[in-house]
Amino acid sequence: MAHVIETAANVSDSGALFEALTMRGKLMDLTEQSHDAALLPSDEGGVPRAARAALACRMAKICRQAGLVSHYQALLESYGADADPHRLADPDATPGADAPRLAAMVTYVDLVTRSPKDATKADIEALREAGLVDADIVRLAGLVAFVNYQLRVTAVLSVMGETQ
Amino acid sequence: MSRVIHKFTTRIPTWRPHVTPVDFDNANEAQREALKETPSNTKISDYVLVLAHDPESLRIRTSLFNGIMYDKGGLCREERELGAVAASVVNRCIYCAAVHAHRYNNIVGDDAVMKDIFLRGKEAELDERTRAILRFGMRLSETPPNVDQSDIQALRDVGLDEQEILDLTLSTTLFGWANRLMHTLGEPVSNA
Repeated sequence: MAHVIETAANVSDSGALFEALTMRGKLMDLTEQSHDAALLPSDEGGVPRAARAALACRMAKICRQAGLVSHYQALLESYGADADPHRLADPDATPGADAPRLAAMVTYVDLVTRSPKDATKADIEALREAGLVDADIVRLAGLVAFVNYQLRVTAVLSVMGETQ
Repeated sequence: MSRVIHKFTTRIPTWRPHVTPVDFDNANEAQREALKETPSNTKISDYVLVLAHDPESLRIRTSLFNGIMYDKGGLCREERELGAVAASVVNRCIYCAAVHAHRYNNIVGDDAVMKDIFLRGKEAELDERTRAILRFGMRLSETPPNVDQSDIQALRDVGLDEQEILDLTLSTTLFGWANRLMHTLGEPVSNA
């Protein structure tokens, strides 16, 4: 299985979990396609692919998902050594006043990863004020939402695989 | 004047977007293609028209969502809905919680379980299996997700097999995804 989730969760290619995943093979394929749409879109709009990889890496670190941290670290590095000048991949770093657009994006990513229940209309307004157009707001929200799904599926599969 | 709803309910609210939905008549080719994936017998919702700003993701969404909630075998329909509600309660997505509590009630023919979950969350008085599923779904939906061997074992102890645990994981986490869109890109308002 060459899918990102199964690889990150280190799922073995036999046993009850493998069989369960095979029964949901179509859904795992669609999940992989969703990864590609969120991380490697043909139309990146105003949310560049390298920033997407860096933000995904940041979310994986917040959720302490080692397998996906490695995956997104490698994806980020594939864009070159200078692909993350504002250290978006580091949850302890926040872009400064020289990068207000990235700073607003990071604020949204952190809030909606850690505590989506606290998000309000004002958080979307803040993105708009920082210069994101509607399409970029939806792209960013889609990235955060997908990666949070992927992180949790991977977390469960990792634990289930350990007992097999 | 419609007002924003902050309390859990099984009356399905209207969703008011914070982002301007794509205008179907002026949609580009990729957006039109993606919108074709949605059922043609109903009016396209504002939610889907908002997501049409990102057609590459939207194109895949309908098959994945329907498959996770409705594909045959494995976990029964109502327990997948329970996973969806567990995530929506943690993430306080009033809209998703309403839709999926409503579906759960229709399948089981009783509204007592959802009433109690909306009132008391994890402390709701439920049968052993329902309580284990709710608890797993809520712990998995926290950040960082709380899942270890004892969480999986608790599901096995009430009779879930590997397929059912996988299906519950997919329906719960799918709503971690949906909640993050629905609850941030818009808000639920009363229909009046």
